[in-house]
Amino acid sequence: MADEGRGEVRLLAPFIRLGADDRPYLEGVRCAACGEVLAIEPRRACPRCATVGALEPVRLAERGRLYAYTVVHRSFPGVKVPFVAAVVDLDGGGSIKGNLVGVGFDEISFDMPLNVEFERLQPREGSDERHIRHVFTPGAN
Amino acid sequence: MSDIYVAGTDMIKFGRFPDRNIEDLGAEAALLALKDAGLVIGDIQALYCGNVGEANRSLGQRVLRHVGQTGIPVVNTANACASGATAFREGWIAVKSGLYDLVLCIGIEQMGRGLLGGGASHMGVPTEGVVGSGTMPSMFATLGVEHMRKHGTTFEQFAKVSVKNHHHSIANEKAMYRFDTPLEQVMGEEMISYPLTKLMCSVNVDGAAAAVVCSERKARELGLMNRSVRIRASALQSDPYTPHNLAMMDFNAVTRLAAGAAYEMAGVGPQDIDLVELHDCFATAELLHYENLGLCGEGGAGALIDSGETSLGGRIPVNVSGGLLSKGHPLGATGIANIYEITTHLRGEAAGRQVEGARIGLTHVVGAGSSCAVHILEKV
Repeated sequence: MADEGRGEVRLLAPFIRLGADDRPYLEGVRCAACGEVLAIEPRRACPRCATVGALEPVRLAERGRLYAYTVVHRSFPGVKVPFVAAVVDLDGGGSIKGNLVGVGFDEISFDMPLNVEFERLQPREGSDERHIRHVFTPGAN
Repeated sequence: MSDIYVAGTDMIKFGRFPDRNIEDLGAEAALLALKDAGLVIGDIQALYCGNVGEANRSLGQRVLRHVGQTGIPVVNTANACASGATAFREGWIAVKSGLYDLVLCIGIEQMGRGLLGGGASHMGVPTEGVVGSGTMPSMFATLGVEHMRKHGTTFEQFAKVSVKNHHHSIANEKAMYRFDTPLEQVMGEEMISYPLTKLMCSVNVDGAAAAVVCSERKARELGLMNRSVRIRASALQSDPYTPHNLAMMDFNAVTRLAAGAAYEMAGVGPQDIDLVELHDCFATAELLHYENLGLCGEGGAGALIDSGETSLGGRIPVNVSGGLLSKGHPLGATGIANIYEITTHLRGEAAGRQVEGARIGLTHVVGAGSSCAVHILEKV
């Protein structure tokens, strides 16, 4: 992802991180007590097993499979529709939501393999602020 | 410990009342419920007021300025769409504890039109349509698609819920909408979020409902037992962890927890329930909750709506009031409006929509975030 902007960077999901090379990646946590992988930022205790101090940062896979979705035809004013809002189970653990792009509405199927890609958005004309989001794109089996 | 009763209850006709203030909506419901019990506000020892939009602005106290400032304690509850049921449950807990004998529980909401939901946002940046969607329709649409995935449920089966509930509300003079919506019309309406068309989304309305909760001792002392309805169970739960919990809001696991707790407390099972008012905020939700409440087996919801058994006259009528889809969904009022509906049937006073011989009824609401409240009421 080419990224020349110099303004403030805003990552649009809590599981997106920016590497030293300025490349985004996904990070979640793994619970050392129960083994669950979650797409959340570190916190005091595991939501699943309640063990305190057991969540360790873990890199999340940038591949996964479609779990559920909806095609949104009506949203808040100013939001471009239609779009596909998807829930994806990442390989190796963690489920995240986001937009599914690059696929026709009638080509969507459960468990279809998907890749996670990152996009740079310019929130406002003339702004040097950089927003980075993730999207899901069809992947190879 | 002795039983707790609903000694009086009523609701205002749901609708859009932009010229009335919210306190007046609550006051009308409060006075109707008190009148139903033959009581006055001076008899009431505490007020529990459920509301979403203004619960942090002393709404219950403001209602008392319209019905009588008797100085009683007021608790304002906010629990999203479970706010009213939460107020009712807090009233039940207070009477159950023995602290009070007579309390009033109110649910009120004054709403605008349009989509609900926070939209998605992160770090103050609106992300609706950029990182998925956070609207209520999209959330419940995704849950419907999850049900399609697991059980092969169809768009048409979800649409049948709207056909049924709109038809039911024709017999309910307090419903917002009172007209039939044939299947082709429901399926052909504007698609909001697949598989939900506009007629498969609940109606934003203004509304209020109230219930007087009473100890057995007091009900006997005041001669209120004749029209009282026994509260067999009150359950409230929050969403337990599920693997998809963080990516899509849970209303299934939380409902199963609350239903299980309520059935256990009441010592009854789904087979003992004569009618259900459940949280059909969207048509998809009703089918999910058939299974969550145990009205049918796992994956049986599509066949249950197809069978017609959840229509008035069927084995287990669901949402004979018209439900949130057609009666309307004034968020904080909904939980107590459900109590009114079930009570009315158990009293045999539901006229054209009466479920004949109703002895035990169940109410269910969920609130985004999530919470679920289930109450089981029994004819005395």
